[in-house]
Amino acid sequence: MKQNINFTFMQKFVLLTLRILIGWHILYEGISKLLIPNWSSAGFLSESKWILSGFSSWIVSNTGILHIVDFLNTWGLIAIGLGLIVGLFTRIAAISGAILLMLYYLNNPPLIGLEYSIPTEGNYLVVSKTLIEAVSLLVLAIFPTGLFAGLDSMVSEFKFSNRKKRS
Amino acid sequence: MEDKKDIMQGLEEKMESEPKISIKRRTWLKAMLGIPVLGFFSYEVINKWNFEQQKKNQVIESLGLENLNSPVTIKNVSAKPGNLLRIGIIGFGTRAQQLANGLGFMHPSDVEKKKKNNSLNGWLGQEYLNVALVGICDVFDLHAEEGLATAQNNIRPGGGQGITIPAKRYLHYQDMLEDKDIDAVIVATPDHHHARITIDAIKAGKHVYCEKSIALTEEELNEVYHTVRNSNKVFQLGHQITQNTVFQKAKEIIKKDILGKITLVETTSNRNTASGAWVRHIDANGNPKPGDEKSIDWLQWLGSRPYVPFSIDRFYSWTKWFDYDTGMIGQLFTHEFDAVNQLLRIGIPKSAVSSGGIYYWKDNREIPDTLHCVFEYPDKDLTLTFSASLASSRERGRVFMGHDASMELGESLSIKADYDSTRYKQKIEDGIIDTSVPMISINPGSGNIDAVTSASEKYYASRGLTTTNINGRSVDVTHLHLKEWIDCIRNGGVPSANIERAFEEGVACLMAHKSYIEKRRVEWDPVNRKIV
Repeated sequence: MKQNINFTFMQKFVLLTLRILIGWHILYEGISKLLIPNWSSAGFLSESKWILSGFSSWIVSNTGILHIVDFLNTWGLIAIGLGLIVGLFTRIAAISGAILLMLYYLNNPPLIGLEYSIPTEGNYLVVSKTLIEAVSLLVLAIFPTGLFAGLDSMVSEFKFSNRKKRS
Repeated sequence: MEDKKDIMQGLEEKMESEPKISIKRRTWLKAMLGIPVLGFFSYEVINKWNFEQQKKNQVIESLGLENLNSPVTIKNVSAKPGNLLRIGIIGFGTRAQQLANGLGFMHPSDVEKKKKNNSLNGWLGQEYLNVALVGICDVFDLHAEEGLATAQNNIRPGGGQGITIPAKRYLHYQDMLEDKDIDAVIVATPDHHHARITIDAIKAGKHVYCEKSIALTEEELNEVYHTVRNSNKVFQLGHQITQNTVFQKAKEIIKKDILGKITLVETTSNRNTASGAWVRHIDANGNPKPGDEKSIDWLQWLGSRPYVPFSIDRFYSWTKWFDYDTGMIGQLFTHEFDAVNQLLRIGIPKSAVSSGGIYYWKDNREIPDTLHCVFEYPDKDLTLTFSASLASSRERGRVFMGHDASMELGESLSIKADYDSTRYKQKIEDGIIDTSVPMISINPGSGNIDAVTSASEKYYASRGLTTTNINGRSVDVTHLHLKEWIDCIRNGGVPSANIERAFEEGVACLMAHKSYIEKRRVEWDPVNRKIV
């Protein structure tokens, strides 16, 4: 991850802000699922349209699997959110976050002809905020923002000094 | 811009050239940047949580409903060694399968089905009632065999034992009633047998759990009532809604008078499938279901009803004819009436008017597919209505309308304050209560979606008649209703759907039915206890 490119302060600042804001959003999504008693993804999944609808209805029809999915989803969001905010394993967090968000997107993409009973707060055609957030995470994944600021910088420092010692 | 970049680069280079100790501190600061953000995040989450709780408590406390969220507990008194109860089931169709499941018995093929969709554990978690299913009586060989297979399958929920006593088939219910080795019977036959079998069973000294409707004529109803009242046997009518946790919450809400004066209760039934309209003699592929005169004792099935040649249509879809049932009144309104009566104790209405017709299912049926019944309770300042359709499944709930708030009660409960309420006027003005959203909503089932498959099952689920959520676990309400009956048999006490409630319901239903048939308003004469 050690890169030789020099980023300007502004570049670092904006990328860091983006990382922390997305981290904040994802962490709160996870925390709020913890706080809602008996929260379940069943409502969202049963609304699933397009290519993942079969898979999602299989999850919903299967209580055991549904519980696992709910657990993974809630704690996955929390872990990803924490990772992005503190900048630990940032790249893994960003990629996992992008995959998770893509899964949300693919379950209810705003495509022509797909209608959902849950109302959206804006107007979307093909592109939704979820998709944009997923792609933003991909952006974060290709920049070493954890090294700009975050626990990753300590991890890398540690590795770096270890390597130095060995050599 | 270029200048800025140069300055930044210069700054970084300068920093890198600073002494080692400073680099370390800088790395630390860089590394820990996220920590204050996390601190701020936690602060905000706690603030939001407190705000929400405060807002919620403001309404709940002012309504005196602090205990509404306390968990519901099930008294565990049934399963004691040595007090085995021996039960026989008379009439083993679809409903009897569900009742057997509630007792702790399941057909092997259903066990396999449940294993496949991973829902068997829910059933296995059900409390063991320490009962033996020892007798099956059905006029149809196939149903009787299914009953025996169910009784003999030795998988038991709640860590119960396997078969204790082998099950026996009886060709006539009278033979089962004569058997001294049976303590109690469950009546799950078509409706035209309910009253007769219940009367004979009570006289034979058996406790009875009878499916609705209790009786199709006033004479039968009076006879059942007096027979049960003059006996010391426990009678329970098959209305499981009272066992739903959401219903217990509704009781609390009524007790606390949250709704204000209730003058109108609207109940509905909304179904739109062939099976929901009791076209049940044809399977999914359009072929007639099994059964012929060889395997069905047709004369016994007809009982005291007028003779008609064997008909597979009548055998499966009996609800369509007035000889065997009162249609939507007997099958659907009974549950609605029970729900309202258990909550408000309305009892027998002063008058009833029914009106409707056959507007969609133009087959050989006698029962209307569109029906309205209106019941008046002048001494309680209340009107109860029942609006039913078999040709539209547009969701219309069961609504209790009060001056201050209205409550919709089904598998969940939701209360909206009335915009013109007197009691909540100040709170509405202060913005504490928003009349556009529910003031209180309780959804014990949220987070648990069970594999509810058929349209009719979905209908019953939406009305709180299938499962309920107790401390995060989905429990079959029929099981709880049977358990209540069994607990009363063992320990004394009166079950919720006892003979008094059953009589009130029976009268209300017969009034509505009579009004529909005779096309006039009918009244209850409380002195002579007669419908006039």
